[in-house]
Amino acid sequence: MEKSMKINFRLNKTLKSNIITYGIVIAAYIIVQLLVNAGQVSNLMKGLLVPICIYTIMAISLNLTVGILGELSLGHAGFMCVGAFSSALFSISMLDAIPNAGIRFFFAILIGAFFAALAGIVVGIPVLRLRGDYLAIVTLAFGEIIKNVISVVYIGKDASGLHFSTKNAMALNMAKEGTVIINGAQGITGTPKNSTFTIGVILILITLVIVLNLIHSRSGRAIMSVRDNRIAAESIGINITKYKLMAFTISAALAGVAGVLYSHNLSALTATQKNFGYNQSIMILVFVVLGGIGNIRGSMIAAVLLTLLPELLRGLNTYRMLIYAIILIVMMIFNWSPKLIDLRKRYFHKNRAEKERA
Amino acid sequence: MKKSMKKLLSLAMAIALAASLTACGSGKTSETTAAGEKAASGESSGAAASGEGSFKIGGIGPITGSTAIYGQAVMRGAELAIEEINADGGINGAQIVYNFQDDENDTEKAVNAYNTLKDWGMQMLVGTVTSAPCIAVGAESSNDNIFQLTPSGSAVDCAKFENQFRVCFSDPNQGAASAQYIGENKLATKVAIIYDSSDVYSSGIHDKFLSEAANQGIEIVSDEAFTADNNTNFSVQLQKAQDSGAELVFLPIYYSQAALILAQAKQMGYEPQFFGCDGLDGLLTVENFDTSLAENVMLLTPFAADAKDELTQKFVTTFKEKYGETPNQFAADGYDAVYAIKAAAEKAAITADMDASAICDALKTSMTEISVNGLTGENMKWSKDGEPDKAPKAVKIVNGVYTAM
Repeated sequence: MEKSMKINFRLNKTLKSNIITYGIVIAAYIIVQLLVNAGQVSNLMKGLLVPICIYTIMAISLNLTVGILGELSLGHAGFMCVGAFSSALFSISMLDAIPNAGIRFFFAILIGAFFAALAGIVVGIPVLRLRGDYLAIVTLAFGEIIKNVISVVYIGKDASGLHFSTKNAMALNMAKEGTVIINGAQGITGTPKNSTFTIGVILILITLVIVLNLIHSRSGRAIMSVRDNRIAAESIGINITKYKLMAFTISAALAGVAGVLYSHNLSALTATQKNFGYNQSIMILVFVVLGGIGNIRGSMIAAVLLTLLPELLRGLNTYRMLIYAIILIVMMIFNWSPKLIDLRKRYFHKNRAEKERA
Repeated sequence: MKKSMKKLLSLAMAIALAASLTACGSGKTSETTAAGEKAASGESSGAAASGEGSFKIGGIGPITGSTAIYGQAVMRGAELAIEEINADGGINGAQIVYNFQDDENDTEKAVNAYNTLKDWGMQMLVGTVTSAPCIAVGAESSNDNIFQLTPSGSAVDCAKFENQFRVCFSDPNQGAASAQYIGENKLATKVAIIYDSSDVYSSGIHDKFLSEAANQGIEIVSDEAFTADNNTNFSVQLQKAQDSGAELVFLPIYYSQAALILAQAKQMGYEPQFFGCDGLDGLLTVENFDTSLAENVMLLTPFAADAKDELTQKFVTTFKEKYGETPNQFAADGYDAVYAIKAAAEKAAITADMDASAICDALKTSMTEISVNGLTGENMKWSKDGEPDKAPKAVKIVNGVYTAM
C-alpha cells in the first residue's frame, strides 16, 4: 500500500515538472500570439521570435549532452551548420519538384536532422569510447572543420542533375541554364523563408518531448548513471558507448533541426565564424551553464533572455557588447558563486521556516 | 512547499518573458528618442532637424567585430554627406535624420538591425555594408518595399530585387574589368592569382576573372587560394607563382593580406607586377608597412584619397578634420550613396510625409533617370537592375602615392 503510494507520488512529481515546462512554452506562445494580433509587438521583436526558437532548441539539445550525458561539446554550432546547409540545399533543389512549402519544409527538417545525426555518429563513435575531455577537443575541431569544408564546396544544378566541385564554380561544368546552389564561401542564397514562430514553437515542444521522455526513460537513467559513476554503471552491465552515443546523436540531430530553422529564416546563408563558429558554440554553452547544467527549463529561459538582451541593448550603441559582457559575468556570479548560493539558500530557508511556523 | 515555490518561480518567469515582449512592443517611442539622441551626438542631423518633416535614412553595417573598419567608414562617410546636405537646406527642404545600426557582419544581426530601423520609422536604407548581410536584408526590404541603396555590398545578389541599388561595382564586374584591363593594355600574358577562398568578395572577383581571362588571351599559370584561418604565410602560393613563370600576380584581396604578400615576395626576391582591385585601397595606410614595397602596384579603384579634383580634396579634408583619419573607398561609397538618394529624391519630388513604400516606388524609377557626380565616379547612372554605370579607374602606386594611369 505504502509502496504504491510512493511510486505514484514520484511519478506525479516528474509529470508535474514536465507539465510546467510544456506550460511555459505554450503560455509564452499564446501570449505572444495575442500580442502580435493586437499589434503590440515591434518589428524587431517579430524578427526575433524565430531566432529565440532556434536558440532554445540549441540550448535544450546541448543540455542533453552537457547536463545529462556529462560530456562537454564545444562544437555544437557545427551540427547546426550541417543541418542548415543540408536542408537549405534540399529546399532549393526541390523548389520546383515539391511546390507545397509545408511538405517541403517538413522533409527539409527531417533531412537536416538526419545529416546532423550522421555527423554526430561519425564524431561520436571513436571519441565516446575514450575517457576524459576528448569529446570537447574533437567537437571543437569538428565545428571549425565543417565550417571550412562548406566554404570550399560548390554544388550546382542543371537538367542532368547535381554537380559537385571543391575548386570553383566554373569547375562544375554545368549546362548554360544551370544554377549554382552552394557557391563556396558565398554560401547559399535564396532559401525560401519557411520558418515561422508557430513551427518554431512546435519544434521546441517536439524537442522537449524527446529530451524529457529520454531523461525519464530506462535509457535516460542508464545515461545518467554513466555520467555519475562510470565504473558502477559498467559493473552492472550497462553498455557505456551505446548509451553515450545515443544521447550524443539525439543531441546532434536536434541541433540539426535548429539549423534547419536558421537557414530557412534568412535568405543568405554563409558559414562564417559569426554564425557557426567557435563563438556561437560557446554562446550556446553559456545558455546551458547559466540556465543550469542538466536543468532543461532553466537553459530554455537563459536562451530566451540572452538572445533578447543584445537586441534590447541596441539603444546603447557600441557600448552594448560591453554591457552585455558585464551582465553575463554578473549573472554567472549570481548563479554559481558559492557565497551567493549560500546567501540565497539562507534567505529561502528562512522563508520556508517562517511559512512552516505559520 | 518546494513544489509551490518552483511553480511560483516558473510563473514569474513566464510573466517576465511576456512583460519583456510587451515592453518592447510599446517601447517604440523610447527607441525613437534614443535614435534621435544618437543622431544628435553624432552631429549628423542639423540643429533644425525634428521628428516632423524630416527624412529618416537608416544605415546598417558592422561597427564592431573584425570588419568594423568598413562599417565605420561607411557610417562616417554617410554622416558627413548628411551633415552637408542638412546645412544646405536638406532634401526638398526637409532635413535628414540618420540612424546607423550595427550588424557585426552577421546575417541574423543584420535582419535584427533592419527591424530596429523599421520600428524607428526608416524611409530609406543606406546599407548594408557587407555582402551576405545585404542579401539577407534585401529579402526583407523587398518584401516591405523599402528603398535600399547599398554603398559597398558587391556580391551579385545584393542588387537582386527591384528596390535594391548599389554604389560600388559588383564583384563579377571588377573581375571582368580587371581581366579586360590587363588584356587590353597587354600588361601580361601569364598571370598567377592568389585569393581568399573563404571570402565572398575575393572569390566572387576570382571566378569572373577566370572566365573573362580566357577571352582576353590571358593564361592563368597558377591559381592558389588561402582562407581566413591561414592568412599570414603566403610563401607556398608565391613560390608556385614564381615557379610557373607568372609575369603578373593578380590579388583580388583586401589590403591587410596584400601587405604581407608584398613583403614576403620581396624577401623571396620575386618581383612580378602586382595587380589588385578596390580591396587593395588602404595599402599605404597599413601601420609599419614599408610603402616602398608597394611601388608599382596597380589597382582598380573607384576612389583615391589623394586625387586632385576639388570634390575629393574637400571630402578628404573634412573627413580628416572630423575623424582624424584618411577616408578609404568605403567612406566614399557611403558619401556617394547619400548624394545619390538626394538626387533621386529631388528628381521624384518626394516629401517627408510619404510612407516608405510610396517613396520606394518613386525612387525606383527616378534612380534610373539621375546622373551623379560623386567621389567614386563622374556621371554615375543606374540601370533598372540596380547596377551603377561608371568607369573603373586604374591607378599605379608611384613614389608612395596613387598616380592615375
